[in-house]
Amino acid sequence: MPQPLPPLEQHPFLRGLSPEQVGSIACASREVSFPAGALLLREGQQADTLYLLRSGRVVLELNVPGRGPTLVETLKAGDILGLSWLFPPYRWHLDARAVEQVEAFALEASCMRGPSPEHPVLEPALAMRLLRQLYDRLERVRLQRLDVYKAGA
Amino acid sequence: MSLTAPHAAGTAGPMTPEPLRVRSLRRETSDTWTLSLDVSQRSGGFPFKPGQFNMLYVFGVGEVAISISGDPGRPGELIHTVRTVGATTQALRAVGRGGTLGVRGPYGRPWPMEEARGQDVVVVAGGLGLAPLRPAILHLMRHRAEYGRVSVLAGARTPEDLPFRRELARWQEDARLRVLVTVDKASPGWTEHVGVVPALLRDVEVDPARTVALTCGPEVMMRFAVRELERLGVPDSRIYLSMERNMKCAVAFCGHCQLVPFFVCKDGPVFSYEQLRPFINLREA
Repeated sequence: MPQPLPPLEQHPFLRGLSPEQVGSIACASREVSFPAGALLLREGQQADTLYLLRSGRVVLELNVPGRGPTLVETLKAGDILGLSWLFPPYRWHLDARAVEQVEAFALEASCMRGPSPEHPVLEPALAMRLLRQLYDRLERVRLQRLDVYKAGA
Repeated sequence: MSLTAPHAAGTAGPMTPEPLRVRSLRRETSDTWTLSLDVSQRSGGFPFKPGQFNMLYVFGVGEVAISISGDPGRPGELIHTVRTVGATTQALRAVGRGGTLGVRGPYGRPWPMEEARGQDVVVVAGGLGLAPLRPAILHLMRHRAEYGRVSVLAGARTPEDLPFRRELARWQEDARLRVLVTVDKASPGWTEHVGVVPALLRDVEVDPARTVALTCGPEVMMRFAVRELERLGVPDSRIYLSMERNMKCAVAFCGHCQLVPFFVCKDGPVFSYEQLRPFINLREA
C-alpha cells in the first residue's frame, strides 16, 4: 500500500511558511497527475503554472535544431518545475516530460506575480525560496557547463 | 578519524618494475579499457587495499600511475581501468593481450574501510573516478553486514561514457546497495537521472553523524560534492577524496605530486577533506 503523499503545506518548497503565506502563494492550486511520457511543459506555450513535484521524475528537454531533443536535467519529488511565468514573455523555454507517473501540485502563477515584473506581488518568503532554487540550479549548470569528464578537461 | 594503513611495497621493490603479462583486455567506453594482468606466478597473488594504485610501465615508452580497479577480496586478479588520453596510456592499450607491462606497487593510502565500519557509506564517483572506488564498493558488498546503509552515486558525461555500465546495472538490482546513476546530458530513451552527480546527494538518506563519504572524479566535481555534503552537515573529517596528481616515483622522492605539505603518492591519494581543506583551493603556479 503506497504511503499517502504529503499535503501542499508540507512540500519542501513551502514547508515552514505560515498558513497565510501558503494561502497567498497557492491562492489557486490543484492536484495534477501525468502518465509516463506526458509533457508538463511545452516550449513556446504560455507559462502560467508553478509545479511542485510530489512523486515521480520529470526530465527537462531542449530541442536542438538538427540534433533533436537533448535531456538536460531530471527533477523529482520535492523539486519545483517551471519558472518562465516569472518574466515576460511568459512562455516556456523548454519541454518537460514525465519519465514515470508524476503527481504534482499546480499553482497558478497569477497568485504569485503582479501585473508586471516592475510591480511584483511576490511574498518575500516566496522570492527567497525561488532565489534559492535558481541559485542551486545555477551551480549545477555551471558544473555541467565545465564538461569535466571530457578528455583533457 | 585517521588514515593509518601503511604502504605495502611490491615484491619487486619500490622502484623496480615487475614484468606481468596482460591476460585480458575489455573495452569499457570509447576510450577506456579494463585490463587484467596475470599474477598467477606470484605466491598469494597481488594483495592490495581499495584505493591504492600501481605504476604501470610500458617498456620504452613511459610509466603512469593507474588505480587498481579490481576486487581486493580476489588477489589472484590484478585489474586496472585505463583511459587512453596520452602517449603512455595509448601505448598501454596497444600492448594488448599477451603483451608485458612493468608493474610497481601497490602504493598509496587506501580508502578508510576500517574507519567506516559500522557507519553508513556514500560513494560519489564521477567518470573514471569509479575505477578507484570499485574496489571499495566490492569490499562493502563482500563485508556488507559490517556497514550501515551503502549508497553509490555515479555520474558521467553521457550514457556511453559510463564505465562499468553492466556492473552498475547489476548493482542497481542488488537490494544491499542504493545505486543512482546520472549523466550530464542524454538523448531521449535514457531513463536514469540527468544532471551533475553531486545533485544526487539530495536523493539519498544522509545521517551526517554516521556517514562516511568517499568521492573520486575530476577535482572540480569533488569540490561540488564536498559543498553538497557540507550542506547536509557531514563533517570534513568524514569526507574522503582521492586526489590525482602527476605521480612519477610513487615513493615520495621526486616531489612531482607534491601538494603543499603532502606527497599525493605517499600521503594520499586518499585524503580526508579535513586534511585537504587548507590546500585544495590553492592555484597551481
